Amino acid sequence: MIFAVCEYGAGNVRSVVLALERLGARRTDDVAAADLAVLPGVGSARAAMAGLRERGHDAALRERVAAGRPVLGICLGLQLALEWTEEDGGVDGLGLLPGTAVRLREGRVPRIGWAGVDDRGAFYFAHSYGAVTPAATGWSEGIVAEVRSGSFVGCQFHPEKSGALGARYLERVLEEARSLSLA
Amino acid sequence: MGDPVELGAAYSDAGADELVFLDIAATLDGRRTLVELVRRVAERLAIPFTVGGGVRSVADADELLAAGADKVSVNSAALERPGLVTELAEQLGSQAVVVAIDAEGGRVRSRAGTTETARGAAEWAREVEERGAGEILLTSIDADGTRAGYDLPLTREVAAAVSLPVIASGGAGGAAHVAEALEVAQAALLASILHEDPARLASLRGELLAQGVQVRDV
Repeated sequence: MIFAVCEYGAGNVRSVVLALERLGARRTDDVAAADLAVLPGVGSARAAMAGLRERGHDAALRERVAAGRPVLGICLGLQLALEWTEEDGGVDGLGLLPGTAVRLREGRVPRIGWAGVDDRGAFYFAHSYGAVTPAATGWSEGIVAEVRSGSFVGCQFHPEKSGALGARYLERVLEEARSLSLA
Repeated sequence: MGDPVELGAAYSDAGADELVFLDIAATLDGRRTLVELVRRVAERLAIPFTVGGGVRSVADADELLAAGADKVSVNSAALERPGLVTELAEQLGSQAVVVAIDAEGGRVRSRAGTTETARGAAEWAREVEERGAGEILLTSIDADGTRAGYDLPLTREVAAAVSLPVIASGGAGGAAHVAEALEVAQAALLASILHEDPARLASLRGELLAQGVQVRDV
């Protein structure tokens, strides 16, 4: 299994790279050729979108999803895949799936810590914005925790920081990507 | 007390929710050592990793994140130049910026606790929240090392002053203290009581569960 990470210039992508390598996957810089492309979740929306555009990742990701090829969006990566986010004064996203991201209005923000996702157990979250989308497939305390649309899977939590449960989540994502690429 | 890499890995495996490294010596030479240490520890962790100690600029923070930290913690540098908090938040996102506040007698202390400032802890917490901090790591110097419990009045005051998550630190002696702290703060930090016996983490989690505290499965 070969994965690519669509970096956009900020933050720590090492955690997700290490987590995927631990599962036996190997990294490539070729976003188009990879079995799985990962849109990581660090930094903030405006700078991230600019970084993705600069590197041509926006086009590469749209092509992948149009062709039914697997993409995993993590945290901010999920939000950037939507049409628009309220962050940084309002930023257009990639439009890989319908919906928007809005600032969390309840509780302490950023929402940081471990929280249950449906009946799957606890995962680690660190976010100030949440998705509003018809593509939601998982929930945590009333907040969208997972989305799916075509070959795009997005998780609001950080599976690479969610211990053994997170590792199993990534394993399933890799398995799904493998079956899609064999199909 | 042992190899930080092995210790970090052990805590990660034993169910710690997060690992925090604070390099209190934080010299210029020490920075290179810290970055290398962060790189080695990050390889062994599957939980969030916060690193602090001598972070004075966005470049310092970027270096730590590139090495594998998920969040950076700033303390003295933020007191000296509060604009640093905003810069870090803009560059890294608030969720990656922890502001560590050390307080004694309600007053904020700087430079590893050696220098008193005129600021109140709650007031400083409010200011860094405005500036974009994502979390407050609140250490009570009064309670630190006493093992008699966290400083609940201080923690309550700071937690009430902000809408940010607050991590209580200083004073833990046992599960009951941690349970109390989690009623007023969003997280509780433990250090020496675990480092002297890392196996204690597993039994502590069991005791917390028995006391009705939500503890995740590992």
